[in-house]
Amino acid sequence: MIEDAKDFALIAAVQAGLPVAARPYALIAEKIGLTEGQVLERLQRLRQCGLIKRWGVVVQHRALGYRANAMIVMDIPDSQVDQVGRLISRYDCVNLCYQRPRYPGVWPYNLYCMIHGKSRDAVWVQWQHLQDECQLQAYPFEMLFSARCFKQRGAQYARLNQGATNGANPQIPTSNPVAAYG
Amino acid sequence: MDEIDRAILNRLQIGFPICASPFLKVAEQLGVDENDLLLRLQRMQADGVLSRFGPMYHAEQMGGALTLAALKVPEERFDEVTRIVNSFPEVAHNYARSHALNMWFVLASDQAERLAEVIAAIESATGLRVYDMPKNREYYVGLNFAV
Repeated sequence: MIEDAKDFALIAAVQAGLPVAARPYALIAEKIGLTEGQVLERLQRLRQCGLIKRWGVVVQHRALGYRANAMIVMDIPDSQVDQVGRLISRYDCVNLCYQRPRYPGVWPYNLYCMIHGKSRDAVWVQWQHLQDECQLQAYPFEMLFSARCFKQRGAQYARLNQGATNGANPQIPTSNPVAAYG
Repeated sequence: MDEIDRAILNRLQIGFPICASPFLKVAEQLGVDENDLLLRLQRMQADGVLSRFGPMYHAEQMGGALTLAALKVPEERFDEVTRIVNSFPEVAHNYARSHALNMWFVLASDQAERLAEVIAAIESATGLRVYDMPKNREYYVGLNFAV
């Protein structure tokens, strides 16, 4: 959990990413008035408590040739959906896996997974493999390929942006304005 | 992109060290020189292959929320509705998908109550029903793109 304003300033400072430099955490520390050691300790705590879900490189999958992006939705009996969700999320080809509500009459699907591939054929091959391995053939499904991408910029958290630009949020000490790394 | 670049991307998608000299640690693991690693990463950032080193936050733990929402947009209104939906800063992604529900977008905010407001605003501006599909459960997966 976020413990104090320094945590908040740190979360805002790393939102846009670390600088690619030999001592990246020291540069962040300098921006927000902490020591490098304090930044490391706080980030480790935020990662352990799960506020930071993932800490790594964010690749542009389209630039890497992953152009076919399928959202596969399945109608799984409620009594089995957890088991199926846990099972398919272990496969490397599955990038995200969620259970979501149905809309009777409009949308019968309750389990979603994403498979990215370099072509639609490649996605189909992976899906058929997954269906066989996990015995999913009996369940209704649809594969929704993305036709066009209108917006992809990642989540922007308003309070963090505010903190990053003008320190206007009362939780952010104005004496330590936080710069975002473009 | 050569074999060393590929090894770097595959290694860094697994995770990035939180220690004083994280790039040095990764360079040692991969058997490359730290300066070479930094130069390659700067080049891959400039080329748009990798966007950043950093966090994916847990929106709920920040007091916020995320949801997936879908619309059935009449084909002739697609551009107009896209402009309306994209005008909200809470819309993080927006994709057209081949289905009767043909527009899918992710809403993210660090203030959970804001999502319902945005959904109501999109419904009122477009006259279309927004199908809100928040997650009931998330199953763990590593987000990796083998290169």
